[in-house]
Amino acid sequence: MSGFTISRRTMLAGSAMLLASTAMPAPSWAQTPKKGGRLVLAADSEPRNLNPAIVASNGVFFISSKIVETLAEASFDGKDGLAPRLALSWEGAADGLSVTFKLRDGVKWHDGKPFTSADVAFSALQIWKPLQNLGRTVFKDLASVDTPDDLTAVFKFAKPTPFQLIRNALPALSSVVPKHIYEVGKIEDNPANNAPIGTGPFKFGEYKAGQYYRLTKNTDYWGKDEPYLDEIIYQVLPDRTSAASALEAEEIQLAAFSAVPLADLDRISKVPGLKVISKGYEGLTYQLVVEINHRRKELADVKVRQAIAHAIDKDFVVKTVFLGYAATATGPVPKNDPQFYTADVPTYAFDVAKANALLDEAGYKKGPDGKRFTLKLLPAPYFNETKQFGDYLRQALAAIGIDAQLVNNDSAAHIKAVYTDHAFDLAVGPPVFRGDPAISTTILVQSGIPDGVPFSNQGGYKNDALDALISKASETLDASARTDLYKEFQKEVATDLPLINVAEWSFISVARDTVGNIANNPRWAVSNWADTYLES
Amino acid sequence: MSGRTEGGAQARHLSWATQCQASDAPMTRALTLIRRRLVGSIFVLLIVVVGTFLLLEAAPGDAVDAYIVSTGGDAGMIELLRHRWGLDQSELTRLANYLWVLLHLDLGQSVTFSRPIRDVILERLPNTLLLMVSATALSFGLGSALGIYAGARPGSFRDRFLSIGSLALYAVPGFWLGLVLIVVFAVDLRWLPIGGIETLASDKTGLDRAADIAIHLVLPVSALGFIYLALYLRMMRAGMAEVWRQDFVLAARAKGLSRRRIVLAHVARNALLPLVTMLGLQSAQMLGGSVVIESVFSVPGLGRLAQEAVASRDTPLLLGIILTSAVLVIVINLLVDIAYAFLDPRVGAGEADA
Repeated sequence: MSGFTISRRTMLAGSAMLLASTAMPAPSWAQTPKKGGRLVLAADSEPRNLNPAIVASNGVFFISSKIVETLAEASFDGKDGLAPRLALSWEGAADGLSVTFKLRDGVKWHDGKPFTSADVAFSALQIWKPLQNLGRTVFKDLASVDTPDDLTAVFKFAKPTPFQLIRNALPALSSVVPKHIYEVGKIEDNPANNAPIGTGPFKFGEYKAGQYYRLTKNTDYWGKDEPYLDEIIYQVLPDRTSAASALEAEEIQLAAFSAVPLADLDRISKVPGLKVISKGYEGLTYQLVVEINHRRKELADVKVRQAIAHAIDKDFVVKTVFLGYAATATGPVPKNDPQFYTADVPTYAFDVAKANALLDEAGYKKGPDGKRFTLKLLPAPYFNETKQFGDYLRQALAAIGIDAQLVNNDSAAHIKAVYTDHAFDLAVGPPVFRGDPAISTTILVQSGIPDGVPFSNQGGYKNDALDALISKASETLDASARTDLYKEFQKEVATDLPLINVAEWSFISVARDTVGNIANNPRWAVSNWADTYLES
Repeated sequence: MSGRTEGGAQARHLSWATQCQASDAPMTRALTLIRRRLVGSIFVLLIVVVGTFLLLEAAPGDAVDAYIVSTGGDAGMIELLRHRWGLDQSELTRLANYLWVLLHLDLGQSVTFSRPIRDVILERLPNTLLLMVSATALSFGLGSALGIYAGARPGSFRDRFLSIGSLALYAVPGFWLGLVLIVVFAVDLRWLPIGGIETLASDKTGLDRAADIAIHLVLPVSALGFIYLALYLRMMRAGMAEVWRQDFVLAARAKGLSRRRIVLAHVARNALLPLVTMLGLQSAQMLGGSVVIESVFSVPGLGRLAQEAVASRDTPLLLGIILTSAVLVIVINLLVDIAYAFLDPRVGAGEADA
């Protein structure tokens, strides 16, 4: 897809640092894959529930996407950015009331039972729709799944549902689990949630809490000659410095999801035998966003929000906080999205004088101490970069006479303070763009969301025009009309600034030269790794 | 110990004859001690449980807040989770439920692990104990030996060198020492593994496995042990310096005993007692220190588990860990007191008579 090529290029061109450190030997995918070997890699967290059908999150996918497969996976060159996995084809009806999946033949579960359309129907109706964190939204109107034969599943929707949305949701939301394992007892308490059974290239081996996960080769895998690896070991390394040391000491061969801190990348890229790769995360873009509490009188004024946007030097943030491994943002859809992104939105150049003028205009004059008003700023603690940006934002606001007081919390306390208690004026958040604005982006600005829902509009923002746009897009079936509505949406968000998008970033992998076929799809770290291999 | 009177030190130096005469007395004293301590411990544990529970309740955010950080989710899902994990009940109900579970000598179910807490803790406890005991043995053994060596010639070059050197180690933060050890011995020299408790998925058994674990423990035990080494070294040294001035040392000299014998049999022996007390107090601190060391060296121990329990707001799990640690500290201190009863006849005698 041309869109992806452009996006990759912009990501790369966005930073000289990035180019310098990705200078690596000849691409490894040019060689013929070898069979066998144990791949040891770093894991920084231990998800308690490994069932990706229930918990659709990158932490879970990182491990279980090798065991449990989805209907389709993201792809750099496939049609609509997709490559078939358990489904060979997918077709949406013109009325938006049904989607037909043709399934792969000859696929077996790890326990030897055949995979059929009944498993897809069960997963969709019993798990994705009622239990899955993202599926509960996307599949809310799914009424039934017809299974005319073992290899056909027809999703029937009670209300017209855009096929484009379903298609975009497939890589992350469509993990299929075996019906015969899950139909007994409560799904949430099923032991397979901790020792998943799937159709993937690797079987769940064992888990030693605090030490490692072991996945072993599925010799009955449907992919010809796949998988190449005999074993995958996820070594639990909780300390942020240990992944880099473990790579250098050759105890692990791969650290994905930026387990090696950005500040160490420059040094580690010079270690012989190690390569730094910024590709393979194009489908997992995180957005650096300033969340705004519109209940604050000052912040309810669009001029004040514009002033804040003008006060932020996005290029500086990309260069300093992200050391170049990011791109500046223009709006709520990241630049590297191939379908929806538009650059045709109002932008806010870094301009302190203009910001000051806007604040004066809004009626918030500087006091004798040089301050206009005081704000409570809560940077999310989940990433180093969100915390560092919090420090930067405080300084940037000080330059325009806004006194921001930093409040640092741990993750649980931050979630509660921002999304339940609304005890913030500004917050720094890292929402994820998941390939379609309807999955987890529109709720960042939509009104009427109950208190306590994380990563949603909890700032009390209400814009009827924007709400109407969002609801119209959710009912628009034609893909290009729907895309146009989301371009409108981006324009409206960038104009009214319910939140301020500052930058977009993905993750970095560091690997030994011997690891082959790295980063060959846009969600590589959370894909099935059937073709990953070790050279010696 | 600087405040100790000369009389006290003298009284501590009792002849073997006196101790042998009262050979059955230490046992009685020990039993009395154990009985008293057990009764007291129950109250201590109850205070620990209720106090910790209330403290955790005061922390903003609950287990569901911590969980949805990595998943997100809508209002319905969040409500479902709160109900499943019993977080929709009032604080008092939950505390009462927990105490009820405790009454049955159980620790309850972990919300984040979805497993019995007892199992989760028992899985980690041996690793922490191994780390603590080895580190204590290192700091106590090496610390007191070096203390004797330094204290044998107070004011000498080796005395000054050891005192300053150990103080420098004491001033170093544990995680930093750990990182330096990793860089030097695991990354640059590659003599030792970088972390973990044993080789991953190696299927080793028996002696092979024991050797493997021992090799993995070298760095974390050094990092944890060297920090507390200074404490024992300086205490031993100061104790010896004090005992040197006692009359019985003069008497021993006058008797014509060799310097070596005076140092080992008379001076060091008497200076050792306060170190045993320190050992008990230190065990609690060691548990705290292991949180950091376990993270740096990826050791799956209790300290790291506690850190995870706080981050995930898994109140019952954290209570279980704290309870286990409290029991551990109580038992260690009891053992220290019993040891004391045997080493120093005066301890416990008064209590037994009272």
